[in-house]
Parts: sequence; structure tokens; C-alpha cells
Amino acid sequence: MNEPVLRTEQLKAFYVLDVHGDQKVVKAVNEVNLEIRINEVYGIAGESGCGKSTLLKALYGAVEPPLRLMGGKVYYLVGDSELDISSLSPEEKRKLRWEHISYVPQGSMSVLNPVIKLRETFSDFIGSHVSGKTRGEAFEIAKGRLSELGLPIKILDAYPHQLSGGMKQRVTIALAALLKPRIIICDEPTTALDVVVQRGVVQLLKDIQKKLENSIILVTHDMGIQANVADRIAIMYAGKIVEEASTETIFSDPQHPYTRYLINSLPRFGDKAPRESAPGNPPLLSKLPDGCPFHPRCPYAMDICKQQMPDTHALSVNHKVACWLVAEREDAKTP
Amino acid sequence: MAFIKGYLIPRLIQYILVIFLGLTAVFIIPRLTPTDPVNRTITQLRSMGSYLDPASMNAFIEDLNELYGLEGSTLEQYGAFWKRLFKGDFGVSYFQFPTPVNQLIKTAIPWTLGMLLMTTVLSWILGNIIGGLAGYFSRSQWSRIIDTFTMIIRPIPYYIFAFALLLLLAYVIPIFPVSGGTGIGRQFALNLPYILDVLRHAFLPALSLVLIGSAVWFQTMKLVVQNVNAEDFVQYAKFGGIRERRIASKYVIRNAMLPQITSLALSIGQIFSGALITEIVFSYPGLGMLLYNAIITGDYNLIMGITALSIVGITTAILILDLLYPLFDPRVRYI
Amino acid sequence: MRILKDLFEDYRFSVSFSILGILLILAILSLFSPYDPTLWGTVPRDLKPSWTYLLGTNSKGQDIFWQATFAIRNSLVIAVIAASLSRVIAVLVGMVAGYKGGKTGTVLMFLSDVFLVIPLFLIIVMLAMLVREKMTLVTLGLLLAVFGWAWDARVIRSQILSLRERGFTQTAILSGTGTVRLVLNEYMPFATPLIFSTLINNMAWVVGLEITLAFLGLVNMEIPTLGTMLQWAISYQAILLGYWWWILTPIILSILLFVALYWLSVSISEYLDPRTRIQRVGT
Repeated sequence: MNEPVLRTEQLKAFYVLDVHGDQKVVKAVNEVNLEIRINEVYGIAGESGCGKSTLLKALYGAVEPPLRLMGGKVYYLVGDSELDISSLSPEEKRKLRWEHISYVPQGSMSVLNPVIKLRETFSDFIGSHVSGKTRGEAFEIAKGRLSELGLPIKILDAYPHQLSGGMKQRVTIALAALLKPRIIICDEPTTALDVVVQRGVVQLLKDIQKKLENSIILVTHDMGIQANVADRIAIMYAGKIVEEASTETIFSDPQHPYTRYLINSLPRFGDKAPRESAPGNPPLLSKLPDGCPFHPRCPYAMDICKQQMPDTHALSVNHKVACWLVAEREDAKTP
Repeated sequence: MAFIKGYLIPRLIQYILVIFLGLTAVFIIPRLTPTDPVNRTITQLRSMGSYLDPASMNAFIEDLNELYGLEGSTLEQYGAFWKRLFKGDFGVSYFQFPTPVNQLIKTAIPWTLGMLLMTTVLSWILGNIIGGLAGYFSRSQWSRIIDTFTMIIRPIPYYIFAFALLLLLAYVIPIFPVSGGTGIGRQFALNLPYILDVLRHAFLPALSLVLIGSAVWFQTMKLVVQNVNAEDFVQYAKFGGIRERRIASKYVIRNAMLPQITSLALSIGQIFSGALITEIVFSYPGLGMLLYNAIITGDYNLIMGITALSIVGITTAILILDLLYPLFDPRVRYI
Repeated sequence: MRILKDLFEDYRFSVSFSILGILLILAILSLFSPYDPTLWGTVPRDLKPSWTYLLGTNSKGQDIFWQATFAIRNSLVIAVIAASLSRVIAVLVGMVAGYKGGKTGTVLMFLSDVFLVIPLFLIIVMLAMLVREKMTLVTLGLLLAVFGWAWDARVIRSQILSLRERGFTQTAILSGTGTVRLVLNEYMPFATPLIFSTLINNMAWVVGLEITLAFLGLVNMEIPTLGTMLQWAISYQAILLGYWWWILTPIILSILLFVALYWLSVSISEYLDPRTRIQRVGT
């Protein structure tokens, strides 16, 4: 089965705001095409404000005003058939959640209901999808999962405010893996945690993926973590995917000028040369320039870059780049 | 243990201090008046035609001084004041001499307490339920209609509203009795006609208290629910595909109740004062009318007694609510 | 004034603004009153509203319309005096408690809690009884000012507390800004809108209390205010005798005043709170 577990086609999601009569449109997800395969960790990297979190919301089917789906499709592979999630009723979507696809939120500090014990939270998540006898079993699985992940069972009797940040993050990851979903989406799971805890969280994710053999979509701006966990990485800039390749390729042979800057800015062992980052700032998603969004900062910008959005060019089966410079170079190669 | 130290003890200390300060104020303020109550009583009695020879007069004055707690220096009076308080003796009414204040209050309290408890509980429950629903379905039309309605009613003080009701429903359309607690000349009896009569008389004052009270709770609850709805853990619960009904009850309402309980505690003083004045508008035979008569006749002892009792009563009610709060909020229970 | 333009988009602001404008005009009209409001018998008694006597006359022989203009003016004056003074107290207490924190803060907050919890109304009644005959507008304003600061002190204190944690505070302190200057220059812009909305709330509270005290006969009954107008009408049995114009005037005017003040404060505070402002925005 080589079909992608999750697929998007020209996905467009904008925020439409009306601030005292002026309409502002924030193009957070601007024609994104993704294909997530089974049994892989797919990383999405990019600066703050490039639209990563919005993309995740759109992938999860959690689009609520002022966020609007402006175009494109999202497909899940449920069982053997591909479902267009916009065709699903709210109840069908609700059923898919957690069982088929789950979510690890950014900043788990306040995502747990403060007035109930953790065991009730777990029971809520389980009970909303699994009913009757199997609930008792599922609860046992929950306890089992917790111990597998090195979390003490007695935290089930605790209230959220009694746990540390790192512990809460691990709890949300355990919750996400509870019903063995096919896809787990993680939104910056390591931000706001100290490095030691980060390592534990990353290891947890890797263990889960290995056990469940499912797909994990990992969004983080931390390239070090991407290098550690991801099989393939997509680089996002100003609402678009500018490059997508295997982790190795991204780090060893980045093609897009932005990716190059990104990789070059990472510190390396033994290399004491000053790191250089891309000049300027990323554009406001409400005021995107014409053509390629990166051209104001790109040292290789050509005329066409300022006028037209570059198409996505496949350098090889596993390497895609959206850049006129690369496209021209490849065209020059083929006679 | 931490709970006791962090929550219980400070609350108890505050309780005792507030009562202490409040009652001291009750002690001090009347003593700032230039008129001497003993002289007043004597002048009053004299004007009614009684006469005493000088020796008995002196003895009488001494007795009066003692009765009114005006014996000795201010400090000694203060000590005596507290001693009496602990025995529940508020002294003797200046005007309705020699009826003890206690007796007067005892007759009035059941009316006020009954009205107050019923209307406060009713408006709190009603307002919170409707407000909660309105907050949840805040875009619906009915919730906006009720919102506008409460916007007009809420700022009107109870008694002004009471006047309007009085004009409307007791004069213009004379359905309800204008004043009093029961029909004139009715005896207390636990039979249906008596109870119905009481209810008929209590209806209008209760109506104004309940309507405006509900408006207040409606508005605050609606706001609170709207805020809680936007909280991370509610979003997360939705992501988890937890059923709508469960989210509404366990995630939204349970958390919305917390600030509402606190608000109730803070408003008790205001609600009480408002109820008293409303009683006056309707000549309802509760503490309100008692207070009114005391003001007109300059009966300081009675006013002091009512004030002292109110301070103790209200602070105790607030303390009880404060002690109940940890039952609802585990963050306070396990600090 | 973009702010004003934005505020006017909220119907609550525009309606309340207009109502208050009208009331203000009426109050100013009192300066042109042909009658001395404290005199009785200046016009024939108990006449229904007509073109000569716009709101009729009362049993004391006074023109109700002109009485009303004085009533509005005096009630507003009391409200402004009391509310402004209690702002000063609230700001002082709130800022000191918020900025200094520690023991001073706890003591101050405890003090304001006492004021919150005790049924102030009764204490005010007791005090009013003392001053009864000598009660002037200003005295009444002062009395109410002393008791109206507690809630808002708390609100201001929380604002200051959160401001203290912000980055710019540290920057200011490290660059040598003195405490007073820090509070006045840096914090005021944040606190001012808050102060303004609590001012309006407080004014409504003061008017309500003034009417209550008048109702209980604890103010100088010769000075026309909304409360005393109401009280005179009641004691002359206006309801029973059917002189509806006499009792309805203060009731309707005060309802208008309360609703207008409330709508004004709600629309302003919703405008200031970034969360509700976004909620008004595009769906």
C-alpha cells in the first residue's frame, strides 16, 4: 500500500479579519500540496509566523472563523478508501478524531481541564470514542501505555496544576497515542521545555512511532529536533512549502536559497565561523509581495521571481523545490 | 496541610478582623452625635406627661445610662459593648422604649431572610443557567435579544424598578397588594390561605429582586462562559473529539461556576442592601421597614443593632461561601 | 479622534452618549430657570403637564420641569465630586498596593476587602444620620467618596501588578527612572482608560446611593436632586392622588441616567479589552 495516509491538494486557508471597517486577509496557508506516507515521521520546519500551526489546524479539519478554507482539499486514507474531509459531517469528523488522527498541542500548559483529575480526562478521551465493555479494556491499555512511556500510573489521580510542564507534555503525547491513531500531529511539542526534558519528549515520540508504525507530522522550528526525528522534512515559508526532501538531503544538499540560509545558520561542531542568516525579515502574511514570497531577501532573485509564484519542481522522486532558479537550472540540463 | 495554612487560616483571620472592625465602627459612630440619647428619652417621656421627683430621676438616669451602655468612660463602654454583644444583647430601643432591640429584630428577620434567600438563590440559578446557555450559543438570536433586554434592566437599582412595578401592577393594573406582608389583621397560621396571602404580598418585591438579580447573573455568566469557551482546554477537548454535551457540562460550566461563586460572595452585601430598600418601597415588614422607622425616629440603638447583626450575618455568609469554594476548585484544595 | 469614531459604531455608546448629552443640556438649562427651586408656591399646584408647565406642577407649588433641571444638575454634581475623589483614593491605594506589594500591599488590600464585605449602606446611613441637617451637596459627595474606592482599588492594583511584570518596567528601573516618574509616565497610559470606566461606574453607584439616602430622608430635602424629588412625591402621596407626572419624572430620569451610564461604561470597557474587540471582528 503506497497510498499516502494524508494528502492535500492546493490547500488554501486564510484568516479574514474585519478591523473597524478595513478587511485584512492573512494568507497563512497558500496552496500547499502534501503527501504523508505510512510509517514515517514527516517534519515541517519554518520560522515563527510562516503558517505552520494554521496548516496543522487545516490538516486536522479544525477550521473555525476567522480562519476560512479558501480552496483545496484534504484527504485521509481511512481503512482502504480515501476520504475528503470536507465531505464529512461534524459527527463523522468527531469520530475520526483521536481514533484515526490525533493532535499534540503547542504549549501543553493549559490544555488539561483544571477541575478534574487526569484519570477523568483520560476517561473522557477514551469514552468519547470507545463505548461499553471495551472502555474498561481501553482504560487498562491507557494505564499500560503510561507505564510503557515511563510515566507513573499515580499521575492519573493528580490534577493538572500539580504536574510540571514536561510531565504535562508527556501526558498529552500519551493521550495522543492512546487509541493507536494512524496519524499523530505534533505542534511544537518541545517549545517552552528545557533541553533535558526536550530529549525525553523526543525519545517518547520516536518510541511511539516505532511501536505503532504510524505516521507522525512534527512541526517545529528547531532544526536540531528535525534532524533527530524526522524522516522527511518540508520547509515552509510564508504559507508555502518551498522545499521537501529526506532529512539527509535537506541537510546535505539544500536547493532552495531559503533552505540554504536555514541550514547554514545552524551551529556545527568544530566550525567556528560566524553564522549567517537570511537578511531582512519574513513578510507579513497579510501583505505578501507578488511572485515568490522570498524574493525580497533572495540574493539570486530574477525578474520572473518578482512576478510569478514558482511551480514546484521535482528534482527527484523524493526531492521537490519551488524556485525559479532551480527550475531554470534543471531545464538547462535536459536537452 | 498547605490548604489549611494557605487558604483556611487567612480566611478565618480576615473574618474575625472584619467583624471586629465593623462592630467597632458601629460602636463609634453613634457616639459622634452631639445629642445625648438619655436626655432625649427623658424629654420624650416628659412630653408624654410623666413626672418623677429628682431622686428617682437620678436613679432613672443611671438606669438609662446603663441600659444604653453609656456608663463610664468610652473604653469601659467599649468593653461593656462587646460583653453584651456576646450575650446577643443589643440593648433597648430608644424610641419604642423599653422594648429590647432583639425582640424587634426577631419579628422582622424571618420576613427578610425568607425573601432574601429565596430571591437570591432563584435569581442566581436562573441567571446562571440562561446566561450559560446564552454564552454557549452566543451567536443565536434569542441570546442576543435577552442580552439587550438585560442591558436595559441591569443598571436599574432594585428599588427604582420596584417603584415602576408598584405603579404598574398595584395601581395601574391593581393585581397585587400595595404594601405590607399580609392583609391587615391576619393572624399567623400555617394554613393555605395564610401562606397564599403572604405569597401575594411578597410577589412584587420578590419579582423586582429576582428580575434584576437574574439580569446581573445572566450577563456575568454569559461573559464567563464566552471566555471559558475560548480557553485552551476547551479547544483541546474539541480536538479530542469529546462529545459536545460533555464539553459543555464538564469543561465549560464546571469552570464557569468558579468565578460565579466568588462573585456571589462579593455581591452579598449589595444584594442585602438592595433588598432592604425594596422592602421599604413595599412596606414589607422586614428589617428594611424596621430600619426605616428607626431612621425616622432617630432610634440609634435599633439602627446599631440592625447594622451589627447585618455585619455579622453577611460576613458569615461570605465565609461559608469561601469555605465551600474549595469543593469546586481543586487548585485551591491542593496548593 | 479615531477612537471616538470607532466607539460610535457601537450602538450602546452612541445611544448612551446622546442620552447623557440631553441630560447635560437639561442640567445646564437650570441656570436659566425662572424659578428658585427652593421656594414653594411659585406656581399653581398639582397641574397636569401642559404647554405652560411642560412636566406639570407638584403639590408644593413648583414647576416640575425646572425642578428637574436642578435635580439633574445636582445629582450629576454629587456624582462627579464623589466619583472623582474616590478615583484619587482608588488610584493611590491601587498603585501603591500593586507596585510596592509585600506587607503594605497586603494591608491595603485587606483594608479594601473590609470595605467590600461590610454592608456599607448601613454604615453610610449611620453617618448620614449624624450630619443630617448640615448635609450639603459637597458633604454628601465627600461622604460617598470615602466609601466608593474599594472595588476599583483592587482593579487598578491587578493592572499595576501585571504591568510590573512586563519587560519595560525592568528597563525603566535599570535606566534609573525614579518610582514616581515610572508610575506616572509609564503606567498611566495603561491605567487611564481603566480609571475612566470605573469613574463612570462609580458615578452610577453614587447617584443610586444619593437617591436611597434621600428616600430615607437623610439628606437636605430642600436641595432638589433626583432623590429628593422622588421622596417629596412619595411623602405627598403622589401615587395615591394620581399625580403621575410628579413621581414618574424622577423615576424616568434616573432610569435614563443609570442605563446611559451603564451602557457608556460597558461599551468603553469592551472597546479597551482587546479580546472583546477581536470578538466583534470578522466571522
